[in-house]
Amino acid sequence: MKRPLQYAALAVYVVFLAFPLVWLLSTSLKTPREMASTDPSWIPHDPTLANFADAFAEQDLVGAGLRSLGVAVASAVLTVVLALPAAYAMARHRGLMSRMATGWVLVSQVFPFILIIIPLFMVLRNLELTNTLAGLVVVHITFTLPFALWMLQGYVRAVPRELEEAASVDGAGRVRAIVSVVAPLLAPGVVATLLFSFISSWNEFLFALVVLKSPDVMTLPLMLARFTGPEGVARLGPLAAASLMATIPSLIFFAIIQRRLKSGLMAGAVKG
Amino acid sequence: MRMTSALAAAAIIALTAACGGGGSGGDAQGSATSGGEPVKLNFLSLAWQKESVAANKQIVEEWNKANPGIQVTYVQGSWDNVNDQLVTQFEGGDPPDVIHNDSPALAGFASRGYLLDLKDKLPAELKSDIPQTAWDTVTFGQEGGVYGVPFLQESQVIIANKKLLDAAKVRIPTPDNPWTWDEFAEIARKLTKDGTYGVAWPMKSPVNKTLNLALNFGGTFFQTGPDGKTTVKVGPEEREVLQRIHDQIHKDKSADPKALGMGTADPLPGFYKGEYAMLPVGVYLRQQVAEQAPEDFEWVALPPLKGTSSNQGAVSQTLSIAQDSKHPDEAMKFISFFLNPANQAKLAKGDWLLPTSTKAASDPSLTTEDNGWDVATASAKNLVVAPFLKVNGYDEWKSKVATPALQEYFAGKISLDEVAKRLVEEGNKVLERY
Repeated sequence: MKRPLQYAALAVYVVFLAFPLVWLLSTSLKTPREMASTDPSWIPHDPTLANFADAFAEQDLVGAGLRSLGVAVASAVLTVVLALPAAYAMARHRGLMSRMATGWVLVSQVFPFILIIIPLFMVLRNLELTNTLAGLVVVHITFTLPFALWMLQGYVRAVPRELEEAASVDGAGRVRAIVSVVAPLLAPGVVATLLFSFISSWNEFLFALVVLKSPDVMTLPLMLARFTGPEGVARLGPLAAASLMATIPSLIFFAIIQRRLKSGLMAGAVKG
Repeated sequence: MRMTSALAAAAIIALTAACGGGGSGGDAQGSATSGGEPVKLNFLSLAWQKESVAANKQIVEEWNKANPGIQVTYVQGSWDNVNDQLVTQFEGGDPPDVIHNDSPALAGFASRGYLLDLKDKLPAELKSDIPQTAWDTVTFGQEGGVYGVPFLQESQVIIANKKLLDAAKVRIPTPDNPWTWDEFAEIARKLTKDGTYGVAWPMKSPVNKTLNLALNFGGTFFQTGPDGKTTVKVGPEEREVLQRIHDQIHKDKSADPKALGMGTADPLPGFYKGEYAMLPVGVYLRQQVAEQAPEDFEWVALPPLKGTSSNQGAVSQTLSIAQDSKHPDEAMKFISFFLNPANQAKLAKGDWLLPTSTKAASDPSLTTEDNGWDVATASAKNLVVAPFLKVNGYDEWKSKVATPALQEYFAGKISLDEVAKRLVEEGNKVLERY
């Protein structure tokens, strides 16, 4: 009795999640005339690829997509590389420093982005990093790092200290214990953090808008905004087509990486 | 495991290197003219309609071909967030050289010294081609600085379902003989039957629309006293249009109350379906109607209504030069080319708006009957400076006081006296701070 109910709940959830994506696909295949119809339908009566043609002809979606991918992967990887050792230290060495660092990380999350955008822009300008993708990567890392640190700290804490001690008893040094015992157990946490950082960077709009000035360095969210006009009027067809294209790389990234997102690795590792 | 780590490390290095390389193209933007290198200008454009983007790109391309010494990079921005983008870049000292925006945004930027005063830089030909009423929309400050070149203007017209008008046998107005507000109310009542409302007033953003139309009866909503202080006023002139729209919704029931919560373009599907016979809208919305309306749907654009006059508040799209631009003279040359009459006609057509250039306005493509261009272009003569353009603190008054107060009034929740009182009393408190 319980099983069917679970499946039903799952089905509802999947429909709920898939709805925007399916609607996006349907809109991207409709003519302007059909989009303005008062009786919307899921399946376009007169499907057209004109919206895709317009979107690709007017904006350099492929170039912008590649740049976004570069920025997102670099931001995600560098965030994890920087956050992992810090998270380990903060989780394992509980002291005044660790508590202060944790507090500081929390405080840094409280600032509204818009408050620091002008000072940040000036710092980047002094470093000659405005209008460069490297500058954008630095900004994205700055903003995902605190949360990544927070996430990873939780994962490190979930790895029982006893496992490291057991490794030491078996003769492993600290580095060996970290590399051979802790690191594999942290893999799901690292993957989750990577995903989080990747998506944050991939979708980020405001900093990209401010930091990037030349068309040849602009990222995908900036291209999508160009299909919107004043007062919320938008060119829905090309916007839907371009947005659909923009979601595909992150879907692929998810598909590749989610297999590593398994939990339960540590089940039964420590008794008691 | 080792292999994976090595791959990851290589990927990071490659990506970082790629990022560094990607940016180097941009670094050259600010380079100066020395050594015979061309001057480089960044032009931030907000064009977004397909034809308009194409026209912009084509004009920039023509310029770059003809002027190898001054190369312009076309950068597309978006209306939604251009002001956040600009404030940051102005403050950071790295703004685009040539900036597309609209006149309401210029007053604030000009007062903070972000924009160059173009008063002494404007070529005579450009200056005389654009009427003074348009220049007034970009003239600010006590010294009468000119902070942009106005080039596209929007007026309000009425888009109507032709079959319903014909069936009701109503007089079709012309620019020389427009409907009065009284006639409009009567016709809306006549057209309201069989599930059709005479009119829909989309009032999600009611303030600019109401204030622009209030000028039909001389309503200005703001007054400046001898001490130079601006205050809000809602007298008989201001109340006219408010009362008339309210009557259509609540007394005559010739306007659909459901449309009140809608944004500008939202009533269009209902309009095509015959749920509304007429829509008072900005001229640019004709583009959507032309593109979306079913094939057998016939529509006409009708001229602006007449109260004591047909005056409407004008808001212009503008091109300005950043104060921090290193090449203001070259930027001015580019602007005068970009906005010559032939180019203005192309840009106006692309955006379905009205050119400020008097020569462009006589272009055959802007006076044809097709898609209501004749009516739209003729309505430009009714445009006067919107009084609110010059009011410091207008934006705050609009969002904190006027928008909610007008929405509640049109929804029938508060009376005309109450809305007037709120607009004035709460509004003056806001304006006092500026």
